[in-house]
Amino acid sequence: MLHAISLAVILSGIWWVLSGLTLVLILGLGAGSILFIIWICHRMDAIDHETHPIHLAIGSLTYFPWLAWEIVLANMDVAIAILKNGSSVRPRLMHIKASQVSEVGLVTYANSITLTPGTVTLDVEGQDFLIHSLTEGSYDGLLTGEMDQKVTALELDKGYPMITQQPVMKDSSEDAPPKPERET
Amino acid sequence: MDIILNIVSWAFIIGGGIFCLIGGLGLVRLPDMFARMHGASLIDTMGIGLILIGLMFQAGLTLITGKLLLILVFVFFTSPTSTYALARAAINGGLVAEVEDDDGSSKQEAGPSKT
Amino acid sequence: MMFIAGATAVLVTMAMALFRSLKGPSVYDRILAINSFGTLTVVLISIHGFMTGRPEFLDLALVYALINFIGTIAVTKFVTYDHMGHPTYDNDPGDI
Repeated sequence: MLHAISLAVILSGIWWVLSGLTLVLILGLGAGSILFIIWICHRMDAIDHETHPIHLAIGSLTYFPWLAWEIVLANMDVAIAILKNGSSVRPRLMHIKASQVSEVGLVTYANSITLTPGTVTLDVEGQDFLIHSLTEGSYDGLLTGEMDQKVTALELDKGYPMITQQPVMKDSSEDAPPKPERET
Repeated sequence: MDIILNIVSWAFIIGGGIFCLIGGLGLVRLPDMFARMHGASLIDTMGIGLILIGLMFQAGLTLITGKLLLILVFVFFTSPTSTYALARAAINGGLVAEVEDDDGSSKQEAGPSKT
Repeated sequence: MMFIAGATAVLVTMAMALFRSLKGPSVYDRILAINSFGTLTVVLISIHGFMTGRPEFLDLALVYALINFIGTIAVTKFVTYDHMGHPTYDNDPGDI
């Protein structure tokens, strides 16, 4: 129920930002379409804690500003590395272990790593990430594990499905190198 | 008040432009594809972010700011996703990353471990 | 004036991205460059809207951001699998 309300609030916000009209007809049409979309999503069984991670809402208030600041710092680092004409560009590959337990947490962590310039997540196998890093600074910054701890603190709610052996299996079958043509 | 807003706006837009240029330079200059991703990510975060924030100062507290915020949030959420998809495709396509050894000097070609 | 400065920087960066997409040794370089090009186009459309005093252009920018994302994913998938999906039958969910 809470998830449906969150969806309704988000949709109303988008409708209001995009239209900005206060005519009764327009607002009525907006309310109608929002209800219709919620009904469709309910029918698709697409309203749950994964599409609307509202249990992360309170933690994000502190996490995203911290992430934004981290992105600014990483940007400076990478910009200087690029301007120095490659003398401080030292690409590396490394495996790191994520400590999150839920899939939403893992996705948040992997996307945060990618969003920070200087580090890109190349591969996710369960809790094992393959990272490509550009400079010494970004490499060391990731190894401190500060971001890992923050994301783990973010997904405080452990009531949701834990990651098990299954996602790993699913991962390898889904993302196998180019599939051969399937016979139809 | 107007002057202050204009100055702040100038600063943000110029900063964003500079970061865009550096990112583009990285896109041209960095050695291999996985390294160039970092240049593109520079454009996707600071470049577009600073310019749109600068435009927000011009728009003031109106619905236009809301639209700019919507664009910004959307780009921030989708750019890692497409980068990840691209990285996966590159690995599966057999592209190897050029990495440096721990001792620093010797460059070697090392493919990301295929699983 | 400030819009012109911003637009110039964005245009020069777009030229760099275009250079990479023309030169790029592998197809993935080209996709990456075109993805950046699309992101820069979003910024350019926004700036143009402010420059001409017509903020309606922001709607176009938003739509362009959506299409850019979907287009990148689609091209990446096409390059990887050589097709965009199989016909599905029975309980087969198809590939996503």
